[in-house]
Amino acid sequence: MLIALLFAGLPAFAQVLPEDRFDLLYHSYDGDDVEITGPSILFRKKATQDISLYANYYIDKISSASIDVRSYASKYSERREEITVGGDILVDETILSAGFVDSDEDDFDAQTAYFGVKQEIFGGLTTINMGYSRGWDDVYEMAGGIAEYQGDVDRHAYRVGLSQIMTKNLIINFDYEARTDEGFLRNPYRKYRYELGGGFDWAKEKYPDTRTSSAFAVGGRYFIEDHKDSVVYGNARYYDDTWGINAFDITAGYTLSIVDQWLLDFSYRYYDQSKADFYSDLFASIDAQNFMSRNKELSTFSNHTIRGSVSYDLNASAYDLFSRGTINFDLSYIYFDYDDFRNVPAGGATGQEPLFDFGAVVGQVYLSFWF
Amino acid sequence: MSKLINTLLISGLFFTSACSNIEPWVKPYERDNLADEVMKFDRNPVSNAYMNRVYEAREGARGASGGSGAGCGCN
Repeated sequence: MLIALLFAGLPAFAQVLPEDRFDLLYHSYDGDDVEITGPSILFRKKATQDISLYANYYIDKISSASIDVRSYASKYSERREEITVGGDILVDETILSAGFVDSDEDDFDAQTAYFGVKQEIFGGLTTINMGYSRGWDDVYEMAGGIAEYQGDVDRHAYRVGLSQIMTKNLIINFDYEARTDEGFLRNPYRKYRYELGGGFDWAKEKYPDTRTSSAFAVGGRYFIEDHKDSVVYGNARYYDDTWGINAFDITAGYTLSIVDQWLLDFSYRYYDQSKADFYSDLFASIDAQNFMSRNKELSTFSNHTIRGSVSYDLNASAYDLFSRGTINFDLSYIYFDYDDFRNVPAGGATGQEPLFDFGAVVGQVYLSFWF
Repeated sequence: MSKLINTLLISGLFFTSACSNIEPWVKPYERDNLADEVMKFDRNPVSNAYMNRVYEAREGARGASGGSGAGCGCN
């Protein structure tokens, strides 16, 4: 009702459904003795003039001997499959979106349903969109080849976004997203470390059963008129949650066309966060407090990403089947630097081991076709 | 949480109602550059979705990374 009221009385303008396209991507992540590879396939097609449907199939093949595994477990392999189906419907100059995601692993099942609404106002200068998603997860722990049920998670996410044309060369975006999770929120395998008799031992983590977060982002893209197909862009995001984590990240990038059919993109991203209230690398005792985590994603750390990509236009219209096609190569290097997470396998006096850091290489190769 | 969302929506209602007579200062015929493929926030949706997964799996922060999209909230 409120969404309908929000758009009532505003001069609405013609919306356009997303283009028909087909994407075939192969991804690879390699860092901290973790290798993840797999394909992602997207197919989007208009069913009628007012309805666009899409489906995405995504796989992660994981082989992991990460710092946690090296500290107290043994190397493992697993596979995750995810299927997304959804659609966009043009109704009275408004685009309504809905979809469903199903994700399966041996020890984790997740379903997410989402709904969104989008409309241009003020002569097409402003685009407002809102979204809501609801998720249901089931968490298991593999023990002797059998998946033992641990608990479920109930997820809600609310989004509001605004895209604003500022000048004939500049567009800016504002995004806000609030999420709440409730249920079994820890990883059943991960352990915290506590002092014991001059040394240390491990015990299963203890987490709160609720988490609420909010994130606000602002971004912009500026078209450089003096150079064909050149854009500078940037994005900044601030985040906090009820676990005590505060984070921000900034991204700056440049897209340029060097010669016909070739498009280059370079970007840099910096991310920084403070630790959760219940995180510690080493607790004083096994029952030092009610919640205890040694999850390095909840520690104090920063990372830097350098990313470059090349896109080549295949002139696919020559093949009749497609109106346009590109082949793309995308490579990133991410360096993670932890302030209070120690490299236990490296050895040393308890609590005095060297701080952990690592670099990861992320590669993508993909074909995109429009028809 | 629902109070927060309602407050945001009602604030947006007053804001948009007050400004509904604004004339577009960038005319439709001046938007060639804005319509260029390279100006799209989500030019490569599959690639962007993948990078968001990479970050979300390894960082504490989550959300507001979709480039003003109202779509999938996939984890």
